[in-house]
Amino acid sequence: MAYLDISHVSKNYPTPEGGTVQALDDVSLSIESGEFFVMLGPSGCGKTTLLRSIAGLEYPDSGTITLDGERIDDLPAYKRPVNTVFQSYALFPHMTVGQNVAFGLEMEGLDKKEISERVGNALDQVKLTGLNKRRPLQLSGGQQQRVALARALAKKPKVLLLDEPLSALDLKLRRGMQIELKRLQQDTGISFVFVTHDQEEAMSMGDRIAVFNFGEVVQLDTPREIYRRPVNSFVADFIGETNLLEGQAQSDGVALPGGGFISRSVIATDCDVPSSGPVTVTIRPEDFEIAEGNSALNGIVRDVIFTGDSVRVHVQVADIEVVATLPSYGVRIPDRGATVGLKPLEHSARTVAS
Amino acid sequence: MTALNEKTSKLKRNPPGQTGPWFAFPTVFYLVLTIAVPLVITVVYSFLEKAQIGTGVQWSFNPRAYKDIFIQEKLDGTTAFDTRYVKVLWNSFLYSGITTVVTLILSIPIAMWIATRTAAARNFLVAAVTLPFWISILIRTYGLRQIIDDMGPIGAIMHRIGYTSYHIIYTPIATVTGLIYVFLPFMILPIYASAERFDFRLAEAAYDLGARRMTVLRRVILPSIRPGIISGIALVFIPALGSFLQSDMLGGGKTNMIANVIANNYGQARNWPFGSALSVLLMVLTLISVVIVQRIAARKGDKVELI
Repeated sequence: MAYLDISHVSKNYPTPEGGTVQALDDVSLSIESGEFFVMLGPSGCGKTTLLRSIAGLEYPDSGTITLDGERIDDLPAYKRPVNTVFQSYALFPHMTVGQNVAFGLEMEGLDKKEISERVGNALDQVKLTGLNKRRPLQLSGGQQQRVALARALAKKPKVLLLDEPLSALDLKLRRGMQIELKRLQQDTGISFVFVTHDQEEAMSMGDRIAVFNFGEVVQLDTPREIYRRPVNSFVADFIGETNLLEGQAQSDGVALPGGGFISRSVIATDCDVPSSGPVTVTIRPEDFEIAEGNSALNGIVRDVIFTGDSVRVHVQVADIEVVATLPSYGVRIPDRGATVGLKPLEHSARTVAS
Repeated sequence: MTALNEKTSKLKRNPPGQTGPWFAFPTVFYLVLTIAVPLVITVVYSFLEKAQIGTGVQWSFNPRAYKDIFIQEKLDGTTAFDTRYVKVLWNSFLYSGITTVVTLILSIPIAMWIATRTAAARNFLVAAVTLPFWISILIRTYGLRQIIDDMGPIGAIMHRIGYTSYHIIYTPIATVTGLIYVFLPFMILPIYASAERFDFRLAEAAYDLGARRMTVLRRVILPSIRPGIISGIALVFIPALGSFLQSDMLGGGKTNMIANVIANNYGQARNWPFGSALSVLLMVLTLISVVIVQRIAARKGDKVELI
């Protein structure tokens, strides 16, 4: 059995209108010891409900949760060897930073000397050495975030649960914290379960990612696999950016409405392409080259957007708009209004269930 | 440039939502008339002599009213320490103190419970708490007297279950029961106001960090609703010290509070200077209590302004 094992967990909520919403629909997951596990999905997909069920702040309607061989789903939160970093930080405003971090240790009944030692270590770990005496409200958002992290880490939990902890930080700070969290996880060896709706954050941190939608795990794999081999159009579209092209399968490829054609050689070899019927093809914007003259996919350039490291070219191919990203340096960028041919790289496209 | 500045300065108006100082004048005038003037009169009267005939004062300076509170002059001319008024003062503080403690204990759970309901239920419950304000306090106290009377419903039940010696009317217990009944909303409302602002995610965080329910209450919830508790204590304790109706109607005049003695001296006893001196003393003692509460609050770092 895995370190943290979630087995057939379901949870329904009543809605104010009198109906029910299924927040978790028979979810089963296994999280390994020392893993950085990310639960990713749009808001309302059930990822936070599952995290809170692990923490004990919510109880599933059915299913079991076991941690390190011990069943925990019927234990109250204060008895579970897991701790949470909350989205709102939830720091106690009437206590100092030091008292906040010490709180959880006092609950364990540790002696004063050990508490002050572990509080010091935890604050060192999050680079807040010496700020014990401050009040949470005297700190910046990023610092408050670190206090919340220190408070949870000081308890030395078997699993650290993080509920969108970086969502309130600005982009630069968030990127910095992502790297720091990843290093902290590797240094401490504690399993992290990290909830986010930000796919970039999920990919940059997770050892594995579980993609949630409508209370179910749609795909569970490494970031690379999820990005390169999405199981359906939802995952393909949610993780990274993609072009979803719906067409009719033919013996040698996929015909798009309005005249475009994607040949079999463009589609990855491990993909099934039916010989007829409707099919959805996903092609990442970076997998296009823009060819001079005619190609299998011809269209008119509608927008050319410079984003610094790349140039996004929106091409109208018959009824659909296809996005291609080109390096901002070293290749010819077409002008707006020009007729261009889009050339997907060999084996870069995939067929996906819609 | 200067011309433009002159023009804008002429057009200067109060910022939106703010009015000029003269809008406060009617209220200030009214408050001066009803608080400051009677206060000055009371202090002045307390240093005068009582009128020889009828009610009122005689305009000659004499601080004996203050001496009379503590010192009794016997018929043979000797003096002794007079415990009667000190006792009544002590009773007032005791009954007010008990009232404050009991209302506090009753209010915290109900305030927390209301604060955790849905918005619609909260509005309804707050309205329910304030419902007694719709009926005159006199009528409510009469009602309470009927209920706790030996022959009332409680008395009937007590008789039925065999507790025949039930008797609280015209005792200090009846006075305190009346005080608790009247002042309960004044404790519930400020605590509720604090509890409503409490972020229950903090309670979740404490729970997550290993705290049990009572620890969460003691270490996280109570410190967060402290401002409400302190306001509630001030709103109950201070007016309770000066209450008059409960001891008069429920305590039967036997369990006097200081306000009853003051009223008596302005009324039947016709000793205005003595009544004024007692009023001033009560005011000073109340002020001291407020300062003590505020000191305790300030030490814990709360921002509570009582005076």
